[in-house]
Amino acid sequence: MNLRRLGTSLIAPLLGVGISIAVTSIILIAIHAQPLAVFASMIKYGASAHAMTLILNLATTYFLSALAVAIGFKMNLFNIGVNGQYTLGAMAGGAVAGSLQLPTLLSVPITIAVAMFVGAAWAGLAAWLKVARGVSEVISTIMLNFIATAIISYTIVRTSVGHETSLNVRGTALIPESGMLRGIPLLDPKTEIYGFFFISIIIGILYWFVLNRTRFGYDLRATGHSATAARTSGIDAKRMTIITMLISGALAGLVGLPYLLGDAGSYNLNFPTDWGFTGIAIALLGRNNPVGIAVGALLWAFLDVASGQLILEGVPREITTIMQGVIVIVVVMSYEIVRRNQVKSEQKNVARALEKQEVAA
Amino acid sequence: MNDSALAVELKGIWKRFPGVIANSDINLSIAAGTVHAIVGENGAGKSTLMKILYGMQKPDEGTIAIDGELKEFESPSDAIDAGIGMVHQHFMLADNFTVLENIILGSEPRKGAKLDFDTARNQINSIAAENGLAVNPDALVAELGVGDRQRIEILKVLYRGARVLILDEPTAVLVPHEVDELFDTLRDLKREGITIMFISHKLDEVLAIADEITVIRQGTTVGSVDTTNQNISALELAEMMVGSELPTPETRGNTIRDEVVLDVTNLSVHAAGGKAIVDDISFTIRSGEILGIAGVEGNGQAEILDALMGLVENTGVVHFKGEDISNQSTRSRRELGIGFIPEDRHRQALMLEAPLWENRMLGHQTMAPNSKGFLLNISGAKEDTQRIVKEYDVRTPSIDVLASALSGGNQQKLIVGREMSGSPRLLIAAHPTRGVDVGAQAAIWDHLRNAREAGLAVLLISADLDELIGLSDSIKVLLRGQFVADANPATVTPQELGTAMTGAGKVSA
Repeated sequence: MNLRRLGTSLIAPLLGVGISIAVTSIILIAIHAQPLAVFASMIKYGASAHAMTLILNLATTYFLSALAVAIGFKMNLFNIGVNGQYTLGAMAGGAVAGSLQLPTLLSVPITIAVAMFVGAAWAGLAAWLKVARGVSEVISTIMLNFIATAIISYTIVRTSVGHETSLNVRGTALIPESGMLRGIPLLDPKTEIYGFFFISIIIGILYWFVLNRTRFGYDLRATGHSATAARTSGIDAKRMTIITMLISGALAGLVGLPYLLGDAGSYNLNFPTDWGFTGIAIALLGRNNPVGIAVGALLWAFLDVASGQLILEGVPREITTIMQGVIVIVVVMSYEIVRRNQVKSEQKNVARALEKQEVAA
Repeated sequence: MNDSALAVELKGIWKRFPGVIANSDINLSIAAGTVHAIVGENGAGKSTLMKILYGMQKPDEGTIAIDGELKEFESPSDAIDAGIGMVHQHFMLADNFTVLENIILGSEPRKGAKLDFDTARNQINSIAAENGLAVNPDALVAELGVGDRQRIEILKVLYRGARVLILDEPTAVLVPHEVDELFDTLRDLKREGITIMFISHKLDEVLAIADEITVIRQGTTVGSVDTTNQNISALELAEMMVGSELPTPETRGNTIRDEVVLDVTNLSVHAAGGKAIVDDISFTIRSGEILGIAGVEGNGQAEILDALMGLVENTGVVHFKGEDISNQSTRSRRELGIGFIPEDRHRQALMLEAPLWENRMLGHQTMAPNSKGFLLNISGAKEDTQRIVKEYDVRTPSIDVLASALSGGNQQKLIVGREMSGSPRLLIAAHPTRGVDVGAQAAIWDHLRNAREAGLAVLLISADLDELIGLSDSIKVLLRGQFVADANPATVTPQELGTAMTGAGKVSA
């Protein structure tokens, strides 16, 4: 039964990738490129040690972002504000790390705590608005994204937090080497795999454990299954909303750190700001399951990294954006179809099994 | 009237659903211009049969003939075209429309782009006059009573040209004199040559109105009685409905102890507009006592339960085992030892797309054997789910299947088993055997009786008056949020209780 369930849960992603390849091929042919050659070149580049390291690093970021979204999704809470939460968290973490002169073992945990706290606080605003005022978290988190952007610009441009870190680029003070979390050049001697790659694996395991093995996780999933049944069972919906939103925000606070502490060394105005939306797409792809999210993050990162190779093939790199879009749409649709069929086929199986029992009896 | 002309003939109808065979080999012949009653217990397959005849569901096997002509219905509109009309138990009327507007809704006569109200009014008046259905076409439905609304529903289907009327539990919502009026109407309709299929489980009424009665038991037609030529008593009919033996929910002996388990004083629940739905009621339940609350649905029963579970805002004081729990959360009330079987099992008691063992934990996730500290105890929960499946005869191939895969009755058995586990001191139960088959119903009654003997206090709400009378140690009648009468279950009859529920009569305490 479980093997069958696993099998059916693979249908949707495979269908998504397959249809996406087909659609992309049609577009490639339409612009007079050779699909096979293009895909071969992407895969060949993606398999190189250098590219694989880049993919793992980017996937680390995406994985964290998707987990932040997924924990909310599990109880039908839509945190669309990961962008604002992680950029604020990364800026605060960067500012603190840049001002500290402490050994790595102290500096990095402090930076992580600050980033998580700021992310959680920002998400907490949306949670409070929902619980106390009934404001939909979809609206409030989106609006808070804009406010976060404005706060960051103001802080870095107008206050003493901002410095000119390189020519014409303002950002938080450069983090001393002791404050960075360097990685290890495991695959490619010239590029490091972020230290956060390993931390994110631990966070993924924790996420699974909390959701599936703790009472809190049960309450969260029960709320997602049926808000009315959860309430009747004694789950306090407001409390769940606040706690889950805070956890989601805290996880979001981590999203900017792999890049900040593994590479950038300063939060500046060129820091990427839309990893949160990527997280939504990947949480959907991975069905809020940590393994699924990991696979989705790797796929997404591969397409992003390999897209640079497309220019060499004379193909616009936006092709990969089309691929990503098609994958998400197809996968989300087929998940729903598969889910409905599963419910129906399970009903049939149960009926059949019972009939057999009765005949035997 | 030609006796040999069959308005409806069903032959060998089968319908299977996941987990249940709803109809097996149903054979039914209804002569034109007669009232034909279909009786059977809840879950016997009456509503499935009706849905098949009305085109809402397709039979797996079997044939339907209307006026001797074989028909296949893809949808209710096919059935309507064939002259079949259905009057639902729950009225489907727009309150803010007039009677006329409601009747023509969906099949409006037009004159160009405009609605032709004059033609419609004439047509309705003539149908009403022919069939003795007195209504004012221009009255606003919101201002009409239940009996009038039912007449509108009947007019609605006649207006669409129905020659065969299906009435689904038409008396469930009526007070006695309205029932008499309905029966007069039905006799008028019969005189006009309309065939009536009357679905009910109220045997006295069936005997009063039907020309022929067909009994359905466990999905199949077990026999027909022609009441004009044969004499049959309600008891004989009841025995046909349930098979040979009649299970009774009777409790044995008095097990009431001194200890007061639940003490409710001045409980009120107000609707959003300030209207009192539960209006200042007080009662106590002792250890080993079952208190039944009788009432027509919607008189505040659901709100009493929700208030006792801490699910709705309420005023008043609730003591449980001597402790004031008025301000306790739902969870702590459960942890103190209150079990709860809610009214709507799909919305309130189950996670349909989660396995049975996860549903076992719902509402009990903070207690053994489901958790230890903040961690879940999955193996403990699974083991205990196996126990419930066994003790309560939940028909399932495994505890890993989704709750949605079980039939309603089996879902209910799981819920009852869950709420009875962990030896609660108080059980708040709404319709504990609704949709459950006869055998399992008897088993649930046994469990309740044993728990009562062991000192469980039970607040019981049930639409099944026999169940209420049979199980309860005392009964209170609830009308518009207030207790209007006490009834002694040892002496009261379902008829008396039913009358008291409508506020029409008094029962002796």
